[in-house]
Amino acid sequence: MFDRRLFTNFDWTLLGLVLLITAFGVINIYSASSSYRDIGTPYYIKQLYWIFAGLLLSLTVCSLDYHMLEDFAYWLYGGVVILLLLVLVAGKTTMGATRWISFGFFNMQPSEPMKIVIIMTFARFFSRYPVFKGLTLKELVYPLLLLGVPAALIMKQPDLGTAILVSLIAGTMLLFVGVRWSALGSLFAAAVPVVVVAWQFLLHDYQKKRVYNFLNPDLDPLGSGYHIIQSKIAVGSGATLGKGFMQGTQSQLRFLPEQHTDFAFSVFAEEWGFIGCLLMLALYLFLILWGLGIAKRCNDRFGSLLAVGVTAMLFWHIVINMGMVIGLMPVVGVPLPFFSYGGTSMVTSMVGVGILLNISMRRFMF
Amino acid sequence: MKNLNNIIPDDDGGGRRIIGLSIGAFAMFFLLLSRLWYLQVISAEDLIDQSESNRLRFVPVAAPRGAILDRNGKVLVSNTPSFSVAVIPQDVKNKDQLIDNLARYLNLDRKEIETKWTKGQGRAKYYPLVVASGITRDQMEFLEENRLALSGVNIEMKPIRAYANGTLASHLLGYLGEVSEDELNSERYREYNAGDYIGKSGIERAWESYLHGTDGGRQIEVDARGRFLRTVAETGSSVGNTVMLTIDLDLQKAAEQALGDQAGAAVAMDVNTGEILAFVSSPDFDPALFTGRMPPDVWKKYLEDERHPLENKALKGMYPPGSTFKVITAIAGLEEGLIDEHTTVQCTGSYKFGNATFRCWDHKGHGTVDLKKSLRESCDVYYYKLAERLGVNRIAKYAKAFGLGAPLGIGLENEKGGVIPTEEWKLKRFGKKWYAGETLPVGIGQGYVLTTPVQLASMIGTIANEGTIYRPHLVKRVVDADGKVLQDYTPQVIGKTGLKPSTYRFVKEGLFAVVNEAHGTGGMSRLWEVKVAGKTGSSQVVKLRDSKGGIPYRFRDHALFVGFAPFEKPEIAVAVIVEHGEHGGSAAAPISGRILRAYFEGKGVIKKPVPKASVKEEAGGEGVAEPDTGAKEE
Repeated sequence: MFDRRLFTNFDWTLLGLVLLITAFGVINIYSASSSYRDIGTPYYIKQLYWIFAGLLLSLTVCSLDYHMLEDFAYWLYGGVVILLLLVLVAGKTTMGATRWISFGFFNMQPSEPMKIVIIMTFARFFSRYPVFKGLTLKELVYPLLLLGVPAALIMKQPDLGTAILVSLIAGTMLLFVGVRWSALGSLFAAAVPVVVVAWQFLLHDYQKKRVYNFLNPDLDPLGSGYHIIQSKIAVGSGATLGKGFMQGTQSQLRFLPEQHTDFAFSVFAEEWGFIGCLLMLALYLFLILWGLGIAKRCNDRFGSLLAVGVTAMLFWHIVINMGMVIGLMPVVGVPLPFFSYGGTSMVTSMVGVGILLNISMRRFMF
Repeated sequence: MKNLNNIIPDDDGGGRRIIGLSIGAFAMFFLLLSRLWYLQVISAEDLIDQSESNRLRFVPVAAPRGAILDRNGKVLVSNTPSFSVAVIPQDVKNKDQLIDNLARYLNLDRKEIETKWTKGQGRAKYYPLVVASGITRDQMEFLEENRLALSGVNIEMKPIRAYANGTLASHLLGYLGEVSEDELNSERYREYNAGDYIGKSGIERAWESYLHGTDGGRQIEVDARGRFLRTVAETGSSVGNTVMLTIDLDLQKAAEQALGDQAGAAVAMDVNTGEILAFVSSPDFDPALFTGRMPPDVWKKYLEDERHPLENKALKGMYPPGSTFKVITAIAGLEEGLIDEHTTVQCTGSYKFGNATFRCWDHKGHGTVDLKKSLRESCDVYYYKLAERLGVNRIAKYAKAFGLGAPLGIGLENEKGGVIPTEEWKLKRFGKKWYAGETLPVGIGQGYVLTTPVQLASMIGTIANEGTIYRPHLVKRVVDADGKVLQDYTPQVIGKTGLKPSTYRFVKEGLFAVVNEAHGTGGMSRLWEVKVAGKTGSSQVVKLRDSKGGIPYRFRDHALFVGFAPFEKPEIAVAVIVEHGEHGGSAAAPISGRILRAYFEGKGVIKKPVPKASVKEEAGGEGVAEPDTGAKEE
């Protein structure tokens, strides 16, 4: 039943890398939340629970042959799209956004599994689709429709961050499949009116405000510009060597908003300085290259596409979160994988890792 | 594995593209690294300065709410400065000692301060935490004198609500309260922060988005010890918009005085626009107490008062309309061709239906009764018989045509709709079929029928203007701080009854007789200078077999009156209900008379005080139907 080679081929490097990053994450959350005087289980303990749950899920995912995903891809896609529609009709509203469906004992946020499901859907779609000279504009219509429906539904919630992420993941996979220059050019030309329409009708005022404030944080130093300014001060004041563990004045005095979740990296940057950041960047880069390596080593097209998709998902989370924290990108609520506090992000990232491990250890099967 | 085509062909460029993606990833990470280098190495010194020696703090500045005015621009609600004590936890050296001191200086309960402290702990340590609001000038001076012993304590000035006329129109205006956690989680209060005050009821709640200004704030730089250095940036707060109501302050005052401390409601409405001119629910409460610290004993008193001072009776009180509903039954009869103005009925004081006896309020009987007399003297037997012939569904059809039984959309939250029963309604509501005997009390506004005072005012107003239902509304205009009109309300027609003109003529003649003719039950609402028409009503609260004297307050009948004036060219409609006031003619009609008098005095139509009405009160204990047996439920 269980092939021994599966175990001998297990990708310990990948698992080790992920565990190392989560370990840094927990230590950082411990520091970031030490100034909180909330009663109840401390955040770092809760994060350990999530890591444990995520690992279990990850190992479950990698124990089943990933080719099964090929059969389920479209069904899952349809299911999650229905859930997204359900959110619009009967969603639970928290903090002004309707992103959750309440099942009584737990709340589900369907936009989160969509990140993985869009990867599976695209992998399935293009695995049967030999592309030699790149996709033409006509060939792009169907995949863009597959992407457009969930992306628009997520945008409507409103969850700009996730909508952008899902689009970036799918876009990266398209680049991997190959798109003709002519098609790419036309797409960009077509994107302009789409962006204009989205800006006019889909974006909420507060989201537009965030973009304005990103372009010029001084416009609103008290509101969303405040996050960027404070985060930059925290990161920058860390200097080369950092202020030391639990010594970050900006974070310990709680000038930073959301410092254990979306802004966790600025706490780390303040306390560990440029050297620490260099180490984290190196770990994440290694993770990304390793993921792409798995895609390259994989012998079947579906697996290869899947690996690229999962890697793209991790990559864009990392780039957007870090970019936001250091003022390179607007503030959209995107967590840093394996590092920010939060169950949803941890579970999604771990499922992604499970898929990568799965592909990695079954590469000998051809 | 599904199919062998799935294997990557050598020439599809997969490997080459992986290299491309890797290069892309490298480039992105390099960009991140360069930015980190820029911040942490090149700009480090600057940013260390900002983080170590100077820190930026955000000090919120609350915006004053918009004012609420009456239709003539007289102030109903405005703002007044209030002082509160805030603590910045980060600057506090000895928490316990500080709490002790504050409790002593401010004469507060130590536990109360501690609770507030604990509640604020999720927030940043430099964020001001309000521990006491609405402190007196003496307390403030005392704190100022003892500043040295109170490091970390700030005195903040905040605008709070000032109710120019005390408890006047308290149910209509509403009150403020701290935004709750559930509210913070809703879309409606997206922009709010914990600790903000929002409208909790009435106009304050319904018009929150207009009244609430935009909070401002200052970003200040402080040194390592939390001392203020300079203001870095400042966003001014902007005052909320002014909401001008349709209410007339003088009329409102007169209506409240007329009702006195009796429990009940009074609604006056412009019959040609739907503008509400007075909106009274009695007893009232003091809205100012809700914004500051509500003394627990006052709160207890409000809750335990059997007259329910916190309930908005004009909007949410559902009462059997009693004999005021006879106008609907009469209209149904006329429209369906079952009666005309000459149709007569013999009233012997009761009517036998099956083995039940339904009594007229006048046990001696009214003799031969035609339509006008049936309204004037409020004969129950006339309406029992008419209701029997109409059936409940036909009565309901006309009641609903007048807007009864559903909220009218007055613009305040939780407006009640009342009940207009039908056979289908009963089956749905109780799962039981309708019995013919249940129709008879419906004909005189008893049984399952429930209406709100607002609906009754709208109903009589619609009769007055002969068929146009205007949406009753409370806001005339919204104006921003610069005087620019943001919203201007024009009358909104929400329905037309489409009845024969003769129907209105016959009914209105009856209503005129109620007030102005001998034996009319509504004589006490009569004015000499202006012709008034109306209808009295008493509605049964509980069925009492022996209603002779000594009935406890809560079991007494409700007294009602609906009316309009001037009779020839109606302008104003009034609905009055006095809870447990017993007789509409003696309890509700005079209140209506006083409201109408105030209205016409305000218009200059009535100039001098008029001698008291010499008409003898003819209102008796009319309109309460009570079958002899329990046959109603048969």
